[in-house]
Amino acid sequence: MIEIKNLTKKFGQVLVLDNISFSVAKGEILGFLGPNGAGKTTTMKIITSFWTPTSGQVLVGGLDADENSLATRKVIGYLPETVPLYEEMRVFEYLKFIAEIRGLNKQEIKDRIKQVILICGLKKVLRQPIEELSKGYRQRVGLAQAIMHEPDILILDEPTTGLDPNQIVEIRDLIKTIGREKTVIFSTHILSEVSATCDRVIIINNGKIVGQGVPAELIEKYGGLEQAFRELTK
Amino acid sequence: MKKDYLKIIFILFKKELMSYFNSPIAYVFIGVFLVVGNWLFFNTFFLAAQASMRNYFAFLPWIFLFLSPAITMRLWAEEKKSGTIELLLTLPLTDWQVILAKFFSALAFLSISLLFSLTIPVSLAFLGNLDLGPVFGGYLGALFLGGSYLALGLFISSLTKNQIIAFILGLAACFAAFIIGADFVLAGSPQDLIPLMKFIGLGNHFNNIARGVIDTKDIVYYLSFIFLFLWLNVRVVERRGWK
Repeated sequence: MIEIKNLTKKFGQVLVLDNISFSVAKGEILGFLGPNGAGKTTTMKIITSFWTPTSGQVLVGGLDADENSLATRKVIGYLPETVPLYEEMRVFEYLKFIAEIRGLNKQEIKDRIKQVILICGLKKVLRQPIEELSKGYRQRVGLAQAIMHEPDILILDEPTTGLDPNQIVEIRDLIKTIGREKTVIFSTHILSEVSATCDRVIIINNGKIVGQGVPAELIEKYGGLEQAFRELTK
Repeated sequence: MKKDYLKIIFILFKKELMSYFNSPIAYVFIGVFLVVGNWLFFNTFFLAAQASMRNYFAFLPWIFLFLSPAITMRLWAEEKKSGTIELLLTLPLTDWQVILAKFFSALAFLSISLLFSLTIPVSLAFLGNLDLGPVFGGYLGALFLGGSYLALGLFISSLTKNQIIAFILGLAACFAAFIIGADFVLAGSPQDLIPLMKFIGLGNHFNNIARGVIDTKDIVYYLSFIFLFLWLNVRVVERRGWK
C-alpha cells in the first residue's frame, strides 16, 4: 500500500532522513518508534505530501506522492502531532467543513458525520467551540477529522500524547478496529502501546532505520521492547 | 473537474469568511472603519456644504492602509502557529485553490465593510444633488485598491508565523506601494524614474478611477498587481519545508 524508496531529506546541511526504505502492506498497523528528532515526523510529513523529499520516492497505492499528490492525498487521513483544529469553530462546524472539503456529497456528509461522532465519542461536545475542549477531546476531534473520508491509509503522529490512561486505551482500541481493514502508520513513545496494537515495528534513529520486526520477535531478541529501544537508539 | 475546482474554493471561502464573523475581529473592524470613516467625512462635510464624496475617497486609501493588513495578518500566520496549515496543505487541494479562497474571503469581508458605508452616499443624495459617477468610481476603485492591499498583505502573512510581524510588515509594504507615486515623493526623485514610479504607485490609479474615469489601463494595473502577489504567495507556499 505504501512503499518508501531511498527517502532522504536535508534541511540545508542537516541530514534528517538518511536513505530510508520500507513498505507497509494493506491492513497492516505499523508502529514507528524512535527518540525525539529521529525523523518520524519528517517521514510522515513526506508521505502526506506536506513536504517534498530531497531525494527518493514515496509510492501510495502505486502512485508517486510527489507527482500525483492530489490523488494520494485523497486516500490518506492524517493526524499531525499538533492537532490541526480551527479554535473558533464549533465541533460540528469543523466536522462539516472537513466532510465538505473532502468532497463528500450531501447524504454522505450527514451519514459520515453521524458515524464519526459515534466512533470518536463526540456527542457531548458537538456544540462547543473547539477552544474550550480538553486535551482528550481535541485529540478525538483530530482523529475524527482524519477518518472522515474513510481513507485507505491513516497516518497518526503521536495520537496518544497527553491523554490519560483511559483515553489511551480508547484510542488504541480505535486504531485496532480501523486497522483491520485499513493501513495505519502511527508513531509513539509509549512502548507498551506498540506491543498492544502493532503488527510490525520500525525503530529509527538519526534518520536511519535501526531495527524492525514483529513486536514479539523484538521482545524475544532483546528481552523486552524497552531494551530493544535502548539498545538500538544508543 | 472545473466545477469541482470552483466548488472546493467556495467551501474554503465560506469557512474563511465565517471565521471573521466567529471572532470579534469582524465587529471591531467594521465598527472602527465606520466610526473613523464617517467622523472624518462629516467633520468637514457641513463646512464645505457640497454633496460630493470626494473627501471621503481622498482619505479612504489611508484607512484601508491600516485596516487591510489587519484583515490579512492572520490568514497564513495563524495557520502556521496553530498547526492547521498541515491539515490545509495535506487536503486534496491545490495551493492556488487555497490562496484564491483566502484572497476572495478577505476581499468579500472588505466589501461587506464597504457596504455599510453606503449610508453616506444615500444621506448625501437626500441632502443635495449627488453626482453618481464619481461615487460609483470611488467604490470600484476602493475595491481594486483594497484588493491590491489584501493580495500584498496575504503574501506577507505567508512569510511569517507571527501575526504582529505580518501586520507591521504588511502595513509598511502597503504604505510603500501606495506612496511611491505620490507627488511629494516624486518631487525628490530622479527625473528618469518619475514616470515609472507614477505608474507603480497604487494611489495614482485609484485617483483616476475615483474621479469617475474608468480606464482599462488602471484596471489592468490593479489586476496584474493582485495576480503578481497571489502568484508569489503560491511560490512561497510551494517552498514549504525547503528551509
